[in-house]
Amino acid sequence: MQDVKQAVRQFLLDNFAMGGGVTIADDTSFMEAHILDSTGFIELITYIEETFGLAVDDEEMLPENFDSLANIEGYVARKRAQAPAA
Amino acid sequence: MCGIAGILSRPRGQPPQARELSAMIGRLAHRGPDGNGIHLDGPAGLAHARLAIIDLAGGAQPLANETGSVWVTFNGEIFNFVELRADLVARGHAFRTQSDTEVIVHLYEDHGERFVEHLNGQFAIAVWDRERERLVLARDRAGIRPLFWTEAADRFLFASEAKALFALPEVPRRLDRRSLAQACTFWSALPPGTAFEGVQSLPPGHVMVVTAEGRRLERYWDWTFPSAHEAAPADDRPLADALRELLIDATRLQLRADVPVGAYLSGGLDSAIVATIVRRFTGAPLRTFSLTFEDEEFDESGFQREMVAFLGTDHTSIRCTRADIAAAFPRAVFHAEAPIVRTAPTPLMLLAGHVRAEGYKVVLTGEGADEVFGGYDIFKEAKVRRFWARSPGSASRPRILERLYPYLRHSPAAGRAFTQAFFKEGLEHANEPWFAHAPRWTTTRRIHQFFSPALRESLAGWDPYAEIAGRIPAAAAGWVPMGRDQYVEAHTLMSGYLLCSQGDRVAMAHSIEGRFPFLDHRVIEFANRLPPQLKLHGLQEKYLLKKSMAGLLPESIRARTKQPYRAPDSQSFFVAGRPVDYVADLLSPARLADAGHFDPVAVGKLVAKCAAGRAIGFADNMAFVAILSTMLLEEQFVRGGEGGKGAPACAPGLLAA
Repeated sequence: MQDVKQAVRQFLLDNFAMGGGVTIADDTSFMEAHILDSTGFIELITYIEETFGLAVDDEEMLPENFDSLANIEGYVARKRAQAPAA
Repeated sequence: MCGIAGILSRPRGQPPQARELSAMIGRLAHRGPDGNGIHLDGPAGLAHARLAIIDLAGGAQPLANETGSVWVTFNGEIFNFVELRADLVARGHAFRTQSDTEVIVHLYEDHGERFVEHLNGQFAIAVWDRERERLVLARDRAGIRPLFWTEAADRFLFASEAKALFALPEVPRRLDRRSLAQACTFWSALPPGTAFEGVQSLPPGHVMVVTAEGRRLERYWDWTFPSAHEAAPADDRPLADALRELLIDATRLQLRADVPVGAYLSGGLDSAIVATIVRRFTGAPLRTFSLTFEDEEFDESGFQREMVAFLGTDHTSIRCTRADIAAAFPRAVFHAEAPIVRTAPTPLMLLAGHVRAEGYKVVLTGEGADEVFGGYDIFKEAKVRRFWARSPGSASRPRILERLYPYLRHSPAAGRAFTQAFFKEGLEHANEPWFAHAPRWTTTRRIHQFFSPALRESLAGWDPYAEIAGRIPAAAAGWVPMGRDQYVEAHTLMSGYLLCSQGDRVAMAHSIEGRFPFLDHRVIEFANRLPPQLKLHGLQEKYLLKKSMAGLLPESIRARTKQPYRAPDSQSFFVAGRPVDYVADLLSPARLADAGHFDPVAVGKLVAKCAAGRAIGFADNMAFVAILSTMLLEEQFVRGGEGGKGAPACAPGLLAA
């Protein structure tokens, strides 16, 4: 089982919060902390789909699902519970 | 159009020497290849590099009045010189030439430094008044022609470009950290700051009087807007007719030249209007030029062909590739003398080279129409956000944002909730003058994360909004909100970036003078008086301007939604996943650490992302171009030891050592 939060945190540090010694806490809002802009969320969601093998529905593209590490962890867990890997 | 330079020595300073003025003006040869002139007079020295456009035989500079008591060196054009000259002759002034330059010295005799208020033109002027022993510098209202100054060794020095100041060894060459922070927020340094520590710009619409005792800076003109409560007239046709007549007159004046004048056709509305006015309402021959791109996302050649066919012009275009941009970018930065966040000036420099090779020195363009008549998305965005701010809990109001940005492949409107969250930031500041610009600046300011720890530390407490607020007149609080948005746009992006890095500098790199009918100050004043709904009508941009040209343009062009001019950014600098040689060299950890402006680890991550083709957003692309251009400036002007001695012939040659 991958550590979702750690994987996403590393993705953000490599691709968005590239400098400045930014620390991303589990509940840091990516939007409020200016870690992601709106294009950035498209990149983040693409990464999540590819890395965790799931498809994000349009109506799921909400800050409640993707605006923090904790939200993403919860979202990925819910999606996996809905469609357990074969 | 030309280059100017000069020196005023204070009592303890060395009098200017001819060799110093020659060295300074020599750095501006690209601005004025048709001849040089120097005038020495005790503590003052003026120099001029000429691009001959009006009175080819008699217009050499520096030039004096009848008695030799007033001398001028001047870059630009005085479009109303014919009328001014007739008036001056009637008042007894004796003219020796047919040049527009000569009206300046006679106007100065009559009006002192207020001469500038009589000029309709684009200019940077230095007048030496030997009787009062003072130097008067003036810059045009919109900021079309550049003028920089500094002080060193008890002398005041000025020039069209900073590289001429650096011709004197006593002038220090260091990048200015605060200006870098500004450029990586507002897209350019805010005047009087420049990319270089100690070098200042004369802001647009200002006059500066310099004497042995000191300097006095005065604003003689500024953008101003009506108060918030003016209704649009029931019938706006008379205004549309008046606007068309004014634009025709502005274009007629700007066609004044003793050499042929060309025009750019971008494929958009504004250049189409200018070209159409030349064709329909003047007797001038119409020769047009355009840029096309191999990348479909940026290319507008379909619309360009449509206008060419419609106008029946003699037209040529050049096709710009990513490799062209990579190869020419160092030279564009050398001319821009500023960190830039987009590569877009580079193709325009290449186009100017083509225009020059075709035998033209002057082109008319549509520059300024978006700022003057409300063409940019930022004005629409602000209108929607203000509407939203009146009811922040509304779910339907922000949905209007989705109608913006249809042209972007990676549209910020794609993820609705995130887009809304992005534009909701700062919604509580709806009455601040910078309200419209906050989203753009927040995105651009993401570049700051790449600054070195030392630079970030030196910027602790830096407040971009305070910088802007301090430059906005108190009266702006009573203006229509869109007027505030236009004011900020005109004083940051337009004068600081579009007219400089993307305008004068890259055109003058090839001795090409741009002329901008929409920036005739009468046009600006006319537009500024209009109720905002005649600019942005609902969400339809440039409403009255379009109406003024009804029936005169192809409907597909007239009704077209604006597509901002852009060029490929980070992707230009990578071939098969690897940075081109000079980029790899300049952005290597050792070079970055040595220069000290950026964090090598952070930049390394960005370069890797760009190399992998994953830099699709504006923020990453702006960061990459800003970092590369800053490192080029460091190389060309600070480290090079030559202080911008000569233009790099090509990228590898410059940096291969």
